[in-house]
Amino acid sequence: MPRKTIKDFNVEWLQVLDEHGVCDEKLRPPLSDAQIHSLYEWMILARVFDEKAYKLQREGRLGTYASILGQEAAQIASALALEPSDWMFPSFREPGASIVRGLPLKMILQYWSGDERGSIIPQEQNDFPISIPVATQIPIGAGVAWGAKYKGDNIAVLVYLGDGATSKGDFHEGLNAAGVLSLPVVFFCQNNHWAISVPRHRQTAAETLAQKAIAYGFPGIQVDGNDVFAVYSATDQALKRARAGQGPTFIEAVTYRIGDHTTADDASRYRSAEEVAEWKNKDPIDRLIKYMATKKLWDEAYGQKVAAQARERVETAVTEQENTPPADVRDIFLHTFQELPAELASQMEAFLSEIGQRDGNGAGNG
Amino acid sequence: MAKRTIVEAINLALQQEMANDPSVLLLGEDIGTDGGVFRVTQGLIEQFGEKRVVDTPLSESAIVGLAIGLAVYGLKPIAEIQFEGFSFAAFEQLSCHASRIRTRTRGRYRCPLVVRIPYGGGIRAPEHHSDSNEAHFVHIPGLRVVVPSTPYEAKGLLVSAIRDPDPVIFMEPKRIYRALREEVPDEEYAIPLDRARIVTEGSDVTLIAWGAMLHVTLQAAKSMADKGISAEVIDIRTLSPLDHDSLIESVKKTKRAVVVHEAPRTCGLGAEIVARINEMALVYLEAPVERVTGFDTIMPLPKLEKLYLPDVGRVVHAIDRVMHF
Repeated sequence: MPRKTIKDFNVEWLQVLDEHGVCDEKLRPPLSDAQIHSLYEWMILARVFDEKAYKLQREGRLGTYASILGQEAAQIASALALEPSDWMFPSFREPGASIVRGLPLKMILQYWSGDERGSIIPQEQNDFPISIPVATQIPIGAGVAWGAKYKGDNIAVLVYLGDGATSKGDFHEGLNAAGVLSLPVVFFCQNNHWAISVPRHRQTAAETLAQKAIAYGFPGIQVDGNDVFAVYSATDQALKRARAGQGPTFIEAVTYRIGDHTTADDASRYRSAEEVAEWKNKDPIDRLIKYMATKKLWDEAYGQKVAAQARERVETAVTEQENTPPADVRDIFLHTFQELPAELASQMEAFLSEIGQRDGNGAGNG
Repeated sequence: MAKRTIVEAINLALQQEMANDPSVLLLGEDIGTDGGVFRVTQGLIEQFGEKRVVDTPLSESAIVGLAIGLAVYGLKPIAEIQFEGFSFAAFEQLSCHASRIRTRTRGRYRCPLVVRIPYGGGIRAPEHHSDSNEAHFVHIPGLRVVVPSTPYEAKGLLVSAIRDPDPVIFMEPKRIYRALREEVPDEEYAIPLDRARIVTEGSDVTLIAWGAMLHVTLQAAKSMADKGISAEVIDIRTLSPLDHDSLIESVKKTKRAVVVHEAPRTCGLGAEIVARINEMALVYLEAPVERVTGFDTIMPLPKLEKLYLPDVGRVVHAIDRVMHF
C-alpha cells in the first residue's frame, strides 16, 4: 500500500504588459488599434468619473461611494470581453464595468445619491444591479447561468467579486454548485489586497485565490489585474469556454485599491503610504500609455482630448442627476409586490394623508 | 375523486404545473431519485427528467441563490429546503435579494420563485427539525408566506404560489403530511392567495390558526360545541400579506378571539393578529384576545415536544377564559 501523489496541481500567472509598458506581443490578445483606443478611453472615463464622484461626496452632493481608483484595467478590460447578450453581476465596486456595459453615468450617481431609480437597469442591458452584501451575487449569477443553459441560450455570465468575498459561504456554495452543474459562468475576482482594513493574507492562508478553483473542479488563473491585455485575454478565453459549454472559470486579477474602502473610510489608519506608493507605480493607465506611445497610438494631444471628453460626459451626467426630480413617495410601497396588497395600500394611504396634513401636499415627494 | 394526503396533493400540484409549463423546474437536496426525504417529489424525476428535477449540492444558500437567478432569468424555480431548521442558511438570499429585487429595481427584475419548507413539530424528529419559524419570513417585506392546512388546500394554494409573480415561501406542516386524507380532485384548480378561509362558522368566539394547529383548534371548537359554545374557526393560510378583513369581520361578530400557533409567543404572528384586532375592533371586544402558543424557549427534543405544542386542552382553557372574562 504505497503512499503516493494521486493529483498534482499548478496555478498559472499571466502578465502581458508589465509596469514599464513592455509588452509580450506573443501573448497579446489580437486587439485592433481601435480596440486599444477604446480600452484606454473607457479607463480614462472611469477614472474621471471616479474622481468626480469622490469630490461630490466630499462636497455633500453624493452619498457614500466606493472608489475604483487603480482597478480600471481589471474592470474595463474584463467587461469589454463580454457580448451584449451576456450577463454581468457587479458587486459594489464596479462602476468601470457598468459604464462599459452601457449603464448611464447618471444612474450610477443616482444610486449612490440614494435613489433606487439608479438600479433600473436599461432593458437592453443584461446586468444585475449592485449587490452590497458581499458574495451574495455569486449564487444568483450562477442561477442566471443555469437559466441560460436550461433554455439553451448561448451566453455567458460574468460575476465580479473581491478578495474578501472568497471568505464567505456564498463564494463556496456558488462556485461549488457552478462546478457541479457545469454552468456557463466566469467568476472574476479583483484581489485589491484590502477588504476595508483587513489585508488579503488575513482572508485566507492559501497562497493564491486562483487555486481555490482547483477544489471546485474547474480552471483558476491569476492575472496581473493592472494589465489590460492579460485581463482581456483571460476573460475572453473564459467567456468563450463558458459559451462553448465547458463550464466555469475563476480569474484572480491582482490589483490594488489605491483609494479608501469608501468615502466613509480612512485607509491611512491601517496601511502604509509606502505600500500605496509602490502600487501607484504599477498604475494600469500609465503603463498602457507607455505601450500606446511606443506604438504611436497615443500622444499628448490625444490624451488631452480624451480627458476633456471624459470630463464633459461626467459633468453632463452630474447635471442630469442633480436636476432629476425626486421620486414619488408612493414608490416606497408600489413595487413590494406586483400588486399592492390591501394592508400595504392602507399603510400607504394613511401615510399620504399624514404627509398631506403636515405639508399640505398629499402627493408629496422624497 | 381520489382521497389524498397533503404529500400526495403537493406532488400532484407539482406534477401538473410542470406538465403545463416547461419553465417550472425543481431544485433541492435529495428531491430526485430519492423523491425527497418526505417523498413529496416522488416520481417526478422519472416523469420530467434530470433537467427539471435537480438534486443540488447540500447547500441551502446556493439552492435559494440559484433559484433567484433562475427566476430573474424568466424561469419558475421551485426550491425545496429539507427542514425549516436549515432555512436559516438561505436567509441572506431571501432577505437581501429574493424579497427586494422587484423594489430595488422598481420592477425591472422580478423573482417568481417558490421555496417549499416542511416545518413544525410533532413528528418526533431530531433537533433543528421541528421549529415553527414562519414569523421570520413574515417579517421580510416582499415575501409571501403561505401555509396549507389540508390536502385540498395544499394543492390549490401551491398552484397559486407557483403562478404568483413574486417570491412565495410555502411552509408545509409536516406533522399532518400524512395524518389526514380528503378528496382532492385530479382536475386543476387554484385557491387564491392573500385570503383567509372560514372553516366553520360560529357566533360566540373566533378561533384563528394555520397549518397543523388548525386541526387542534377544530377539535377544541368541537368540544366547546358540546358545551353550547359556537366557535368560528378561521384558517389564515396566507400569513403574509395578512387578510385582516376576514378576521376583523368575524371578531366584530363574535366579540371574542383566540389565536393558536406553535411558534414561540413573543413576536409570533399571533402578536400581530392581536394588534390588528385591537386597532380595528377593540370596542367590539368582550374580553382580551388570548394567545395559545409555543413558549419563548428552544423547541424541546421529542420527549418533551408534545408538552410544548399547544394541545386541545390548552385551547379549550383559553376559550373558557375569553368566554368568562
